[in-house]
Amino acid sequence: MKYADEFRDKAIALGLAKTIEAETDPGRPYRFMEFCGGHTHAISRYGLEDLLPKNVRMIHGPGCPVCVLPAGRIDMAIRLAERPDVILCVYGDLMRVPGSQGASLLKAKARGADIRMVYSTIDAVRIAEENAGREIVFFAIGFETTTPPTAVMIRLAEKKQLENFSVFCNHVLTPPAMQNILESPDIRKIGRIEIDGFVGPAHVSTIIGTAPYEFFAEEFGKPVVIAGFEPLDMMQAILMLVRQVNENRHEVENQYSRAVTCGGNLRAKEEVSDIFELRAQFEWRGLGQVPYSGLKLKRTYAKYDAEVRFGMSELRVDDNPACECGAILRGVKKPVDCKLFGTVCTPETPMGSCMVSSEGACAAHWTYGRFRDHQQRRAS
Amino acid sequence: MCLAIPAEVTKILPDEMAIVSIDGVSKEISVALIEDLAVGDYVIVHVGYALTKIDPDEARRTLELLRELSAEAQGAAS
Repeated sequence: MKYADEFRDKAIALGLAKTIEAETDPGRPYRFMEFCGGHTHAISRYGLEDLLPKNVRMIHGPGCPVCVLPAGRIDMAIRLAERPDVILCVYGDLMRVPGSQGASLLKAKARGADIRMVYSTIDAVRIAEENAGREIVFFAIGFETTTPPTAVMIRLAEKKQLENFSVFCNHVLTPPAMQNILESPDIRKIGRIEIDGFVGPAHVSTIIGTAPYEFFAEEFGKPVVIAGFEPLDMMQAILMLVRQVNENRHEVENQYSRAVTCGGNLRAKEEVSDIFELRAQFEWRGLGQVPYSGLKLKRTYAKYDAEVRFGMSELRVDDNPACECGAILRGVKKPVDCKLFGTVCTPETPMGSCMVSSEGACAAHWTYGRFRDHQQRRAS
Repeated sequence: MCLAIPAEVTKILPDEMAIVSIDGVSKEISVALIEDLAVGDYVIVHVGYALTKIDPDEARRTLELLRELSAEAQGAAS
């Protein structure tokens, strides 16, 4: 067993689709939000929406840390990378993310800034060791999945007594964002959000476990099913949600039991709590300011905090006012309802968060979904 | 961003590192976040770090359940 192909079996997927169809009540809607971009991508890539009954609708949530990073943070990173003494190390996904006025790290690099793509935080530490005379800054981004590797790296930098190393921290947390989707003040402007259940994150949950969603399921009365990223995982999770809705239950269930436990990865959680603490609030592109949703380095690690070390000032950039990301992320509108979609806003020139990475709702619809719309139009 | 892939541990190295095989391709990763690791274990790899071990018994149980659920509608129809 290699734990991948086995969970992509077409015959089983088609059987699951029949079971879902048999168990859904045609007289009511089933609206489920998948929080994770990984799930959004799997749904689009494997065409899972075509396998679901018409009244089962998937709403694509904000779960892609690259998409939700505000443009101002990109501008701050570009400004830092333009310093001649700095080498900025970044994950590849960040290179094309738009800052203000069409700026990006890729363009800054083309203009001569020393920006290096790394696969892992370990590579950033190596670069710091090899460049003793330069300041190495790691652009840290990601959900609970990607935070422990940053924590391990800071511990390693301390152990190796690296004096030329720091982190520009943009780590964010999943549960506060899920909560914000349901109860933010913006909702009054956007309209009522109708979500009957959540597909919970796969790899985020390997770290935090299933327990943090218990409050959420109880407080909001919504079922949560944690699911793996393979197509069969997704289909089973949808069936589990349909059953909870039919039986009027709102519990946390774990479809991804081969990798997720109730308590999560204790060692990883300890690494994170040793190094990081909560920010009072952090801006999410498409959601705005979300309380207690971001992390920063503890004061005892301030010398590794690039924002402190270089006195970086906060830069704010307003999103395009015509952009409908806020409503799309909450499932009130679809990508095609946005005036910008496919006109000025495409994956080559993204205007809003949902188009930025391949995991965003608009980018997934642009890459896979719009062809289905076209076929449907031709058929009708 | 949170994409991660299953890989088999083929060698445990000093300093919390290990070699894993992903469909025959070898890669050195950090296993600083994993306790009690043995050669032959499968782990989920994300940005060069093993996040968790895969539980083979749970994986087998999920696959069995998937087959059962998949056959349910056919069973009901006949």
